[in-house]
Amino acid sequence: MSEPYAIVIGLEVHVQLLTASKLFCGCSTKFGAPPNTQTCPICTGMPGTLPVMNRRAFELALQAAVALDCQIAPFTKWDRKQYYYPDLPKGYQISQYDLPFSHGGHLTISDAKGRFEAKQVGIIRVHLEEDAGKSVHDEQAGEADSRIDLNRAGTPLLEIVSQPDMRSPAEAKAYLDELKLLLVYLGVSDCNMQEGSLRVDANVNLHIAGAGGEKIATPIVEVKNMNSFRAVERALAYEADRQFEVWRETGRKLGDVPKQTRGWDDAADITRGQRHKEESSDYRYFPDPDLVPVTVSAKQVEEVRAALGELPAALRRRLETTYGITPYDSDVLVNQGQELVTYYVELAEASGDGKMAANWVQQDVLRTLNEQGASIGAFPIRPPQLAELLQKVRAGEVDTTRGREVFAAMLASGRSAAEAMRALGIEQVDESQLVELCRQLVAANPKLVADVKAGKLQAAGAFIGQAKKLNANVNPNRVREICLELIAKG
Amino acid sequence: MPLTREQVEKVSLLARLRLAPEELATMTAQLDAIVGYVEQLAELDTTAVEPMAHAVEQTNVFRPDEVRASFDRAEMLAGAPKADGQFYLVPAVLGD
Amino acid sequence: MSVLELSARRLLDEMAAGRLTAVEVTQAYLDQIGRHDRDVGAFLRVDAEGAIAKASDVDERRRAGRPVGRLGGVPVAVKDILASRGELVTCASRTLEHFRAPYDATVIAKLKAADAVLIGRTNLDEFAMGGSTENSALQTTRNPWDLSRIPGGSSGGSAAAVAARMAPLAIGTDTGGSIREPAGLCGVTGMKPTYGVVSRFGLVAFASSLDQVGPLATSAEDAALLLEAIAGHDRADSTSVDAPVPPYSEWIGQPLEDLTLGLVREHFGPGLDAEVERAVREAVRVYESLGAKVKEVSLPHSKYCVATYYIIAPCEASSNLARYDGAHYGHRTDEKAMLAERDAERRHLESSGETAAVDELDTALVRMYRRSRSEGFGAEVKRRIMLGTYALSAGYYDAYYLKALKVRRLIRRDFDKAFDDVDLIAGPTTAAPAFKIGEKVDDPLAMYLVDLYTVSANLAGIGGISIPCGFTAAGLPIGLQLQAPPLEEDRLLRAAHMFQQATDWHTRRPPL
Repeated sequence: MSEPYAIVIGLEVHVQLLTASKLFCGCSTKFGAPPNTQTCPICTGMPGTLPVMNRRAFELALQAAVALDCQIAPFTKWDRKQYYYPDLPKGYQISQYDLPFSHGGHLTISDAKGRFEAKQVGIIRVHLEEDAGKSVHDEQAGEADSRIDLNRAGTPLLEIVSQPDMRSPAEAKAYLDELKLLLVYLGVSDCNMQEGSLRVDANVNLHIAGAGGEKIATPIVEVKNMNSFRAVERALAYEADRQFEVWRETGRKLGDVPKQTRGWDDAADITRGQRHKEESSDYRYFPDPDLVPVTVSAKQVEEVRAALGELPAALRRRLETTYGITPYDSDVLVNQGQELVTYYVELAEASGDGKMAANWVQQDVLRTLNEQGASIGAFPIRPPQLAELLQKVRAGEVDTTRGREVFAAMLASGRSAAEAMRALGIEQVDESQLVELCRQLVAANPKLVADVKAGKLQAAGAFIGQAKKLNANVNPNRVREICLELIAKG
Repeated sequence: MPLTREQVEKVSLLARLRLAPEELATMTAQLDAIVGYVEQLAELDTTAVEPMAHAVEQTNVFRPDEVRASFDRAEMLAGAPKADGQFYLVPAVLGD
Repeated sequence: MSVLELSARRLLDEMAAGRLTAVEVTQAYLDQIGRHDRDVGAFLRVDAEGAIAKASDVDERRRAGRPVGRLGGVPVAVKDILASRGELVTCASRTLEHFRAPYDATVIAKLKAADAVLIGRTNLDEFAMGGSTENSALQTTRNPWDLSRIPGGSSGGSAAAVAARMAPLAIGTDTGGSIREPAGLCGVTGMKPTYGVVSRFGLVAFASSLDQVGPLATSAEDAALLLEAIAGHDRADSTSVDAPVPPYSEWIGQPLEDLTLGLVREHFGPGLDAEVERAVREAVRVYESLGAKVKEVSLPHSKYCVATYYIIAPCEASSNLARYDGAHYGHRTDEKAMLAERDAERRHLESSGETAAVDELDTALVRMYRRSRSEGFGAEVKRRIMLGTYALSAGYYDAYYLKALKVRRLIRRDFDKAFDDVDLIAGPTTAAPAFKIGEKVDDPLAMYLVDLYTVSANLAGIGGISIPCGFTAAGLPIGLQLQAPPLEEDRLLRAAHMFQQATDWHTRRPPL
């Protein structure tokens, strides 16, 4: 490691669960509705109202925790976390404090590019809680009022707290990618950061080697307001530098100062200290008397586990062993989601060449999807049709470059590979025809022949260009081979 | 240990109440008397006793994940001390 | 016989037989309110127009032979702490003085469906915190038996309304005795059912794990009718008990065979008024004359009940009342005055050179919260919020709240053990008859000790009923409290009915 310290990172992730209704009432959780149109007396905490827990929210939470290898508590309860804020209409958030429904899991992260060793990141706990509303404040307005929208108040959230097991911003990013992938595969959350359905806070400090070799820990800082995974990486890198500088200036160690909260300013590329009154962190948790505890049996946990299906890590391993593709390829494919993996598997099976299928899916299919902003489900070339093209490329009926033209034609016209090739006038050139064509080229280009003979083998490339002008269907590799043969024979 | 005025003042901020100086004095004395009274619970040994947070101890009460129509915004905002037809309005949240 | 002397049961029979109309009944009660409520002050609001409209509708349906609900045409007074769509629900607090609920409490919806005539809203201690109704921010309610005395509380308005025959039935709520204590002090029948028997949805919460809605009436038979109408499982209340509602009013006439009453040793010590003790012991003899056996039982943790209660209830209350912060509904302070105050404080600090202290001043938002809440709540509510906030704050949770939850279980176990030996526990509802208005306002602890005999039922979650069992020499009512194991409301009502068949205390009317 080049830095004179190690970064220690723990992440606290909140994801919105994919339920139709809120955690404690029937209001919709749909994103983007006009302000305060998805509320009712319950989620706005009107006097006399009571919460009743959404069964689906608890089930989804349970799936996520089991998938993260957490221990599921046989008995769990709901607590009130109390603080005053205008987006929290009851004056408390219903959350879980001392008896969360799960704890002690882990998530394995790795880097396909090999920048760090694969490792397990511990999960301290996963718990269920309700979201707050949103307060909007126009900074320019100064003294003016803040506006409160309670549409989001009461939306079910899963809080996933990791151990401080990550040692670089890249590891933190990998953890977030893997966590998001897992939750999306499970259908637990859409993890859409733009819509606020995934939020990340980071706890970060440094371990510095002291003069006598002793380990010095710097004060822990909580970083908030990071609105993308890229922002998380950048904020953590910035924070490491900043903390090292502060340590060099002040020598402050963990415990010397209270935990600080800093906000990431994306535009300025820095973190800024946030004002924090001492009293505001006394949340006065106590069990919510309006909700009853939940018990979960070992049998239920086993049923959830059995129904999880294949999770991303297992899926990657299966693709690598079954189709012989690299960890990098399996990573790219699996990261695209279940639907694309299904497409790939069908293509690999039908074409009989997993590696080739992986290349075509990554280079051609994904590029097209990205360009068109489309999803794989609506992609017009289905696996059997693409497999036909791949087989023709493999059989040498068409080279890869022209194959891409065929692919484009298939895409544009909806034709099969064979039809598209016919329409493009692609047909295999007869070997004797090809030899005759090469003979003419060798005869007509004494200068090139001389170059090749002088050892400039790359000059043979020029024959390919000329051959293609005469007949677009020639196989460029064969042209090169035949020309070199003819020249050698002299 | 008797409750101090400073403690009571701190609690009043936590509770988002504000007590005038004479109120604070009365409140401190009254709370001190009540706290003194309830402290008699300390004489009971409760080490092996499970806390009882609910009067009737039930578990696993759920509702199905079904969307029900939300309330009309105008009706929800009708009781707001300050609103602009779309949002609740409160003094600036910044700096808190 | 005047309408006001008829029980709700009789009123229903008379209306069903066509000998009385709901409008006649309703008008008779409205007239009685007109005559006496200026003195008693039981009602915060009387809905004469709505009541007559509902009564006419019921009459019309009866005449046409169309179905009518089980309380069709009977006036019911409701404590002003249950939400009714589009109507005020003040909780006798400045903070909710103008608040209209956009929805119906389950109890209100059930009463509407039962075709009860909702005649008006009764006074209470602010947010049901108190035992005298003196903590109402809106009005004073007096005991109909002696207008210089408190009616009890917090359901003092409901108890006084029934006592003065301004309503045949009333709804109250009971968190630590708030139905039974005023019933006892006003000489009416009042019942706190087992926690969870009546839905709390729409009941503005004081202490959620203790609050329970219940009936007040002139007799156990009428209380049974009202309980039947409001009880039942409610999916909107997670703590609601999922059990069928027994036909209380049908079964009430069946006397209890082989009844064993328990007298709690700890309830008959020093502090119990001699006249009250005499009346209660006499009531027990009445039961013996009806064939009941009497046993002494012990509730060893009795002396800890009030302390336990005054930790748990304020803790929950401090949280439940956090929502009244002036942000989304209810009272908000005058913002201009608030900002002017802040600016003045800032100028003062700056001019005296204390610039560092300027940063410590409350922000506009915190200031809005603190001013709104301090203006909106009365002294008792503030005291309990302060007490609960303190008990839950960092470092104190284990010593107070957690400790109280553990003692709560010990208290419950005391009852379970006692009910192994006896069917019901009998004793005084209160240690003394109604005290003078203003007598205890400066001594909150003395006021809290009034709940001595009633809070344990709320802590244990069991049902209890208070029935009139005599009067003091000065003519003040005395209440007998019966307590039963969980979900034995039927047993309580039948036992109370047995007593009322043998005595006439419950038929006495105050000399208004």
